[in-house]
Amino acid sequence: MELLRQTTWLLWKDLLLEMRRRESLLAMFFFGVLLLFIFNFAFEIPRERAAEMAPGLLWLAFIFTGTLGLAQLYQAEKENHCLEALLLSPIDRGALFLAKVFFNLLLMLSVEVVVFPLFWMLFNLEAWKLLPSLFLVAFLGTLGFCAIGALFSAVTLKARARELLLPLVIFPLMIPVILATIRAMEILLRTGAFEEASPWLRLLIGFDVIFITAGFLIFEWVIEA
Amino acid sequence: MASTTKKSGRGRSILGGLAFFFILMGLYFALIQAPPDAYQGEVQRIMYLHIPSILTAYLSFFIVFIGSALFLWKRERRDDILAYAAAEIGVLFTGLTIVEGSIWGKPAWGVWWTWDARLTLTAILLLIFVGYLMLRSLIEDEDQSAVCGAVLGIIGFLDIPLIHMSVYWWRTLHQPPSILRPDKLPWENVHPAMLIALSINFIAFLLVYFYLLSSRIRLGELQEEVKKTRLYGAA
Repeated sequence: MELLRQTTWLLWKDLLLEMRRRESLLAMFFFGVLLLFIFNFAFEIPRERAAEMAPGLLWLAFIFTGTLGLAQLYQAEKENHCLEALLLSPIDRGALFLAKVFFNLLLMLSVEVVVFPLFWMLFNLEAWKLLPSLFLVAFLGTLGFCAIGALFSAVTLKARARELLLPLVIFPLMIPVILATIRAMEILLRTGAFEEASPWLRLLIGFDVIFITAGFLIFEWVIEA
Repeated sequence: MASTTKKSGRGRSILGGLAFFFILMGLYFALIQAPPDAYQGEVQRIMYLHIPSILTAYLSFFIVFIGSALFLWKRERRDDILAYAAAEIGVLFTGLTIVEGSIWGKPAWGVWWTWDARLTLTAILLLIFVGYLMLRSLIEDEDQSAVCGAVLGIIGFLDIPLIHMSVYWWRTLHQPPSILRPDKLPWENVHPAMLIALSINFIAFLLVYFYLLSSRIRLGELQEEVKKTRLYGAA
């Protein structure tokens, strides 16, 4: 319970900062929309093939915008030695990790809430009814993305050229998430049934559980290094 | 200190000599003693390099995991040196495997590369550990670099079963394992001369691997000593 309380407070701090500065969210949002336009010029998506290409393109947009958020994730802590102050306060290091995971999750989900329907409108997709279940799959994938991302954003905090290094390190680790979400979304769009996609969904849930737990346990060493 | 250095140096030379001897023997058995494959002919002989090199690469990544976990637990420099050394050599062997596989794939399947599950898994492993090397080289502080590398070593290892599952569900084309098959014992299925050639080559690769690993560890230790001497003056 104490952990939950600490996590909520830390999350609240990040949300408050974001509300006042609006740096990450605006940049991520515009980048996501920009990517949709660029996809259209790159692929000239015809109406009948849009549903087929939707999962892959949407996920490309999500992981790029997500990486943008991850690069900024500890920016507030880097300024004015805030990280030292946080480490001095009597909070669980795991709470610090969970707060960062949920903060990036909230940022990415708010971008996704807009980009999903926008994609449907821009490319004239029919299956509006499937949007909530597709969003659920995207949620599971985004959670896994943020778990790995929040951990390695902290890992690369002290590296030179960290913005370049971060995607190089996390994208290969992220391949199960990317494959599973795209396959699951594609199956959902094709059949409209959750049962068909259930092995991929189980893999996603497994990934989320494993890496949130691993990150929670390991984070202490990373942030104090 | 001086006598142990000398002793371990001699041990390494013996290991290197043995490795060289086994490579020659392995080449003899693989190229001359073993019969050509019934279907693929001479080109199948690449197998005698391909299987040992990928098995050694897997071993290497397992050692990275062990070294990383030990380092986070006990904070001993030598565990980190071990993990870093194993990662470097693991990248070398994985790279070799992919190149050999490509050379074998062209005549056997007609393509250099295909998005088959095992090929993809190997390529992803290579990417993860190239990322590891980049991460290590871009963090200047020794201790931070070691901790960050250890985290990636552990997370990367935990990720392997998941990557394995996802790419297998995604697709499979690679020929099924012919040595370790569940329904037959190895010697019922493969010509004994082939099995001997493969075993000798596997031993040769292991010897080369441990020779390289011990040399790389020694290099790490020497770097450490140089750093200490610079900091505190000659002992």
